[in-house]
Order: sequence, then structure tokens, then C-alpha cells
Amino acid sequence: MYDIVKKEVLSPGVLLFDVAAPLIAKKCQPGQFVILRIDEDGERIPLTIADFDREAGTITLIFQEVGHTTRQLGALNKGDAILDLVGPLGKETHIDNFGTVICIGGGIGVAPVYPIARAYKQAGNKVISIIGARNADLLILEKEMAAVSDELIITTDDGSKGRKGLVIHPLQEMIDAGMKIDLVMAIGPVIMMRSVADVTRPHNIHTIVSLNPIMVDGTGMCGGCRVSVGNKNKFACVDGPEFDAHQVDFNGLMARQRMYHDHEKTERCGGGSCKCNK
Amino acid sequence: MQQVKHKMPEQAAEERRRNFNEVALGYEAETARAEAARCLQCKTAPCRQGCPVEIDIPQFIKHIKDGDYDAAIDEIKAKNNLPAVCGRVCPQEDQCEKFCIMGKKGEPVGIGRLERFAADYAMAKGREDKAEIPAEVLGKVAVIGAGPAGLTTAGDLARMGYKVTVFEALHAPGGVLMYGIPEFRLPKTIVQQEIAALRKLGVDIQVNAVIGKSYTIDELLNEEGFDAVFIGTGAGLPHFMDIPGENLNGVYSANEFLTRVNLMKAYKFPQTGTPVRVGRSVAVVGAGNVAMDSARTALRLGAEKVYIVYRRSEEEMPARHEELEHAKEEGVEFRLLTAPVQVLGDDKGWVKGIECIRMELGEPDESGRRKPVPVEGSNFVLDVETVVMAIGQGPNPLVQNTTPGLSVNKRGNIVADEAGATSKEGVFAGGDIVTGAATVILAMGAGKKAAAKIHEYVQNKKTAR
Ligand SMILES: Cc1cc2nc3c(=O)[nH]c(=O)nc-3n(C[C@H](O)[C@H](O)[C@H](O)COP(=O)(O)OP(=O)(O)OC[C@H]3O[C@@H](n4cnc5c(N)ncnc54)[C@H](O)[C@@H]3O)c2cc1C
Ligand SMILES: Cc1cc2nc3c(=O)[nH]c(=O)nc-3n(C[C@H](O)[C@H](O)[C@H](O)COP(=O)(O)OP(=O)(O)OC[C@H]3O[C@@H](n4cnc5c(N)ncnc54)[C@H](O)[C@@H]3O)c2cc1C
Ligand code: SF4
Ligand code: FES
Repeated sequence: MYDIVKKEVLSPGVLLFDVAAPLIAKKCQPGQFVILRIDEDGERIPLTIADFDREAGTITLIFQEVGHTTRQLGALNKGDAILDLVGPLGKETHIDNFGTVICIGGGIGVAPVYPIARAYKQAGNKVISIIGARNADLLILEKEMAAVSDELIITTDDGSKGRKGLVIHPLQEMIDAGMKIDLVMAIGPVIMMRSVADVTRPHNIHTIVSLNPIMVDGTGMCGGCRVSVGNKNKFACVDGPEFDAHQVDFNGLMARQRMYHDHEKTERCGGGSCKCNK
Repeated sequence: MQQVKHKMPEQAAEERRRNFNEVALGYEAETARAEAARCLQCKTAPCRQGCPVEIDIPQFIKHIKDGDYDAAIDEIKAKNNLPAVCGRVCPQEDQCEKFCIMGKKGEPVGIGRLERFAADYAMAKGREDKAEIPAEVLGKVAVIGAGPAGLTTAGDLARMGYKVTVFEALHAPGGVLMYGIPEFRLPKTIVQQEIAALRKLGVDIQVNAVIGKSYTIDELLNEEGFDAVFIGTGAGLPHFMDIPGENLNGVYSANEFLTRVNLMKAYKFPQTGTPVRVGRSVAVVGAGNVAMDSARTALRLGAEKVYIVYRRSEEEMPARHEELEHAKEEGVEFRLLTAPVQVLGDDKGWVKGIECIRMELGEPDESGRRKPVPVEGSNFVLDVETVVMAIGQGPNPLVQNTTPGLSVNKRGNIVADEAGATSKEGVFAGGDIVTGAATVILAMGAGKKAAAKIHEYVQNKKTAR
């Protein structure tokens, strides 16, 4: 059992948990994730390790309530416990002094970007971060990102905070202005990652994205997390989750993410008569 | 003397094809004693040479015949930690029963069925194992992977007096017994009861521990104070065919399909959290036990039509005969001498069919089996909504990639000698990770040998110090 030692609401439907997991906290690196199972009947779901405190032996999970399991998780409180938690899984981010790195986080994607941006900064890079959300209420980790970035740009779809527009707009401007960019790291909804890739591809700017396909075991045993990268199948849980954005088949990934969408709806709601909000 | 085995009571095919309850129901005491009476108690006991863990077969059968079931199970457990599992899933026709004298004229003694009977008797009674664990601790051993290989090594070492910690990546121990072999062939409560008995021997099982991530082998040896490490991580890496359309929604590896249903209990969705999709018709590619398990699982999830698509003929099918018969009885349709060419999708990215080509048998290949060759222009489409790829598994590379000094062969399997010693000092390996996908009992046999070798290694090291 893994105790929840802190719970915080970051924005509507977005929660932060600190969970006691000393072994994971001791080992984990930016870019890695855990898989958890809330109880005996529960599903295994992956969540990125958004932060860690090696001394306190805790890891931080930030998640959005999007479906059954994340809602059930969100209903837990400080003092409750999670039955199973395994990690750190996946390859860690390759951290080095590249020069100028642009870190882009969209929506909940800001959470996994944060420890990576911090590590880039500590390695001596100039870090420019662009974080975006649909509106001001949904924006997370603004203070934290500001603290680890040389420059922080905020965008919202409706203009309620920062610049009105998408995260790719400031990126495009930087490129157009002839800024020397050595690396782009982008994490967020697949559509966002795809458009970042489209923006950087013509300029040959090395771009990394962190993929979130449906997973089961997280150890390379089921192949459910396979994504086509450079026309080869990769298992995101062990070969990734980070890949070269210019090689990823984003459309395939998006289609596969919807595998259980209708099934979850009809099976759980019997066609919509219940009040589960699905 | 009766020349055929006493029949195993079974759920009727018509009923069982729609439920996940166990198919084979087990002998009643009376039948078991009658079957045991068929054993000739041969002095030479040829059956024993077919048993990778060297159970004293005539002896335990004699105890059953005499009605002393406690003695029977003690005799079995002296050699085999998982008799309720082995009695159900071992291919006895290729092992002990293959050598049984009674098989010369009629059918061999139903050794597996009797083993199961004794094990189930002990479980039903809630009987504790008799095992005297030495008071002195001989050393500390780490076991990686809680499949049959790892569990056997752990049990044997615990009985010798070692402190054993098993590290298992998943949330439940058992390996393929938990995630692969379906409930209707091997109920999960049985697996967990056998494992509970191991825990009683003092074996510490740490689940949610991925070696290579949580710890490396070098850390276990150098920092965590283990005298030796046994690797039993199995053949868990699913193969795909590399044909177009394999990433469409509705294409599963057998591992994913079976894991969702067995380990995650997707057949109870939405009471349980993990979904699985079968649709009305399913094609399972391959014809081994894994394929039969997938096909029969698909039926039980409600599929109306389930096809086995296999490029060779019935003769070459690697599945156990019994499983093949069960699948046929339950209504699985066989499309033999048929090979998939591509998976076809609809505009939303879902499987809508599988295009196949007919094959004919040509010259024998290296394996001695006649090689299937495509019949030009014979392509046709099977309308299916789900495709399960059951064409084999390779070794999971996580441990090998993080362990310098550990030799692997070109397929990625760990290289180990007969006794389980690898190229790295203090590191032993056995089961599917060494041999490639094989059987439960071969993995257990390898685990047993490795336990003996580890004992020798640790004691030599201690006296050398
Ligand atoms: C490596 C990785 C890291 C992730 N990190 C985070 C994170 O830090 N914060 C966060 O909020 N989310 C993260 N996700 C996504 C998160 O796992 C899903 O939102 C969650 O599983 C949804 O489960 P549900 O039952 O609530 O929703 P469901 O109703 O089951 O599904 C909603 C959507 O979530 C996705 N999903 C469903 N099941 C899974 C699964 N088992 N694995 C992956 N995706 C699934 C699908 O796209 C689905 O359409 C990550 C995913 C991956 C693969
Ligand atoms: C569907 C199916 C049906 C089968 N039916 C039969 C049958 O009827 N009869 C028969 O005899 N055989 C059958 N087999 C084969 C048999 O199950 C295997 O040969 C046997 O389980 C191998 O045992 P093992 O201990 O080597 O590995 P496994 O059973 O594969 O166990 C390996 C364990 O190691 C864990 N692991 C892997 N990597 C790590 C890591 N890095 N850290 C920690 N843990 C790790 C895995 O999670 C797993 O639990 C079947 C196999 C399948 C897939
Ligand atoms: S060979 Fe057959 S008959 Fe002879 S001892 Fe073994 S089980 Fe009994
Ligand atoms: S989640 Fe199963 S292989 Fe990646």
C-alpha cells in the first residue's frame, strides 16, 4: 500500500498527490512514469512522475480526471492509500547542455515537462518555456515553471491569461525571428505535439515528445502501447515514452487512444441513463 | 485391468463455451483410487524419467490407491511445489505418461489427473505442508520473476534454509500462470493458494518491483547484500507479424488479450476496471497453446465466430492435443493452410477483416516440418472485428540490458549451463528466459537445478572466505 500524504486541487479536475514510495523516489529520473492500481478490481493506469523528494521518500503525481479510474483516484484523500504502484518505468530524459532548449507543456502536459525543464536548467541550458491551457483556470504549475525557466511564455485559447492562442504561435515566432534553438521538448495532447512537430520539421529542429498510448503492464510484455516511430513499431513503455517527434505516427497514436472510448461509455453507462458524467 | 484411463469429468462443451469456470472438474476419490489401481508399481518406474522434477510417481500413486491422500501429497510436494498447477497444465502425454508401461497396450496411467486429485484434496482440506525449515540461515538469495521457474527456486532454497526475496514486476506473483493461462484451465485462486504455501515457507515476495528499474542485478549483489541472484523472467515479449494494419484498433497480441482477461479480469468489466473488446468475430493467428487459449477466451467473452488461422496443417500444430480437441468441441473454426497478408481497417481505424492467402505444403524445412508456400492468387478476406496475434514470444530484454557481463544469445535469451550458471558470477538463470517459450514443468525443473547450484555456490564462497 502506498499512502497519499498530500492532496491539492491545482485547477478544476486537475489534482496533485504526493505519494509515499521511497524506492521509486530514490531511483526516478525526469521523463519516467509509474503505473498504479487503486484497488483489487482496479485498472492499471500510467502517470508521469511530476516531481520527487528523495529525502522524504515521496513522488508527486498530477493528473486530470478524464475517465473512470482518474475520477476514482481523485476521490481519494490524504491518508488514503493506493494498492499498487510500480516504477520508475520508461527511459529517462537525456539531459545534457544542449544550449537553448524550448520546453512546451500543454494542459496537463505541463506536469511532466516541469522536472525535465528543471533538469535542463540545472545542466546549464538556456530554458525558454511555453505553457498553455484552454483558459486561465486550467493553467497549472505557473510559479514552478517560472522558477526553472529563463523565460516563461503563457498562452490560453481564450486569452484569459497570457497570450491568446496556441503554444505553437510563440514557437513559430521565435523560429521566424531567427533564434537559435537547439532542442524542443513538447508534452501535451497528441494534437498539440503533432502541431509542434509540424512547426519544427521544416527547420530541422530536434524535437522530442513524450507519448501516452494506452498501457497495461508497462514492462514490454503486452505490446498494447505500440506506436509507429520511423515506420517501426516501438513499445512506448520500455523504448520510450520519449521519441523523436519527426518520426512519430501521431494519427495512429490518436486512433489507438480511442480504442475503448465507446466501450467504456456504453458498458458503464448502459447508454447514458446513469449519472456518471461519461 | 481397464486399458483406458478413467474419464475426466468435464463441463459440457455447450455450457462451458460461455463461462469462465474450470472445464475439467477433477476425479472423485473413488475414481482416483480406481485409476491408481491401474498402476503396475513397476520396479524400474520408467515414468519417472519423464518427470523433470523427479517425483516418485509409483509411490504417490500407491498412497492414493491405499486411500492415504496425505501421504500422497507429501510425496509429491517433496519434489514439486506447485502440484495443483502441474496436475492441470503439464503436457503429461510428452512426459511421465509417455513412458508409462500401461501406455504400450492401452492408455497410460492418468498420472497428471492423480497428481491434481492429491493436490486438490490437500487444498480443500486446508492442509499445511510439513516442512522443517532449518533454524540456521545459510544465506540470502534474490529471485527475479515469480513465474514457475522463480517460485521453484525460491521454494527449494527456502527449504534448505536460505532467506529468499522474490522480485516480481506485476502486481501479482505467478507469471504466465496468472496472466496467460486462462481461468477455465487454471483457476487463479489455485495459483494463489500454491503461492501462499510458499510464503509460509518464509519466501518474501515483493510485487511491483521491476528489476532493471527498481534495482539492477549489480545493486542486488553489491548493495543489497544478496549472495546470489536467480533470473526467471520468462519469455514475455510478444511478436507481431509485421504486416500492414497490425496497429489498427482491435489487433491484440495474445499477451495483451490474455492479460486483460486473466490478470485484470476484464471478463467482469465494468465491475472490474479493465476493458477488453472482442466484437462478433475474431481471428486468432497461430496454433499453439497460446492461440487455443486466446480462441477459447474469445468465445467466452461472447464472440459468435472464432477462427484459428494457421499457415500449416493440423499435423504440425504445436498445441496440446487435448486443448485442440477442447477448442473444436467448443466451436472454434480452423482455417488451416492459411496465412494472413494484411489486416483491413474501416475509416475510423478499426479492424474490419483480415486478408489471407491459402498455402500448400512444400519441401521439409530445417525443423523437418513441410514448409508452407503461398498459392498465388488465392487471397480471400475473413470478416472479423478482432485479431489476436499468437505467433510466439521472445525474451523480455529489461534485465539483460541493465546487467553488464551477462551473456545472451542472438535471440536475446540468457546463456546458462545445465545447472543454471550464467556468464556472470553469482548470477543464475532458468526457465523460458534461457530456453525460449517452453513449459511450466521445464521451467520448474530448471529452477530446481539452479537452486541446488546456488546452494553449492554460496556455500563454497562462504568457506573460501
Ligand atoms: C506514460 C504516460 C504518462 C502519463 N502521464 C499522465 C499524467 O502525468 N497525468 C495525467 O493526467 N495523465 C497521464 N497519462 C494519461 C493517463 O494514463 C490516462 O488519462 C488515464 O489512464 C485515463 O484513465 P481513466 O480510466 O480515467 O479514463 P478512461 O475513461 O479509461 O479513458 C480516457 C482516455 O484516457 C486514455 N487511457 C485510458 N486508459 C489508459 C491506460 N491504461 N493507459 C494510458 N491511457 C489510457 C485513453 O486515451 C482514453 O481515451 C499518461 C499516460 C501515459 C501512457
Ligand atoms: C497463454 C499460455 C498458455 C500456456 N499453456 C501452457 C500449458 O498448458 N502447459 C505448460 O506446461 N506450459 C504452458 N505455457 C508455457 C508456460 O506458461 C511457460 O513456459 C512458463 O510459465 C515459463 O515459466 P518462467 O518462470 O520461465 O516464466 P514466466 O511464467 O513467464 O514468469 C516470468 C515472470 O517474471 C516477471 N518478470 C519479467 N521481467 C521482470 C523484471 N525485469 N523484474 C521482475 N520481474 C520480471 C514476469 O512478470 C513474470 O511474472 C503457456 C504459456 C502461455 C503464454
Ligand atoms: S510406468 Fe506407469 S504403471 Fe509403471 S509405475 Fe509408472 S505410472 Fe505406474
Ligand atoms: S504497456 Fe504493455 S508493452 Fe508497453
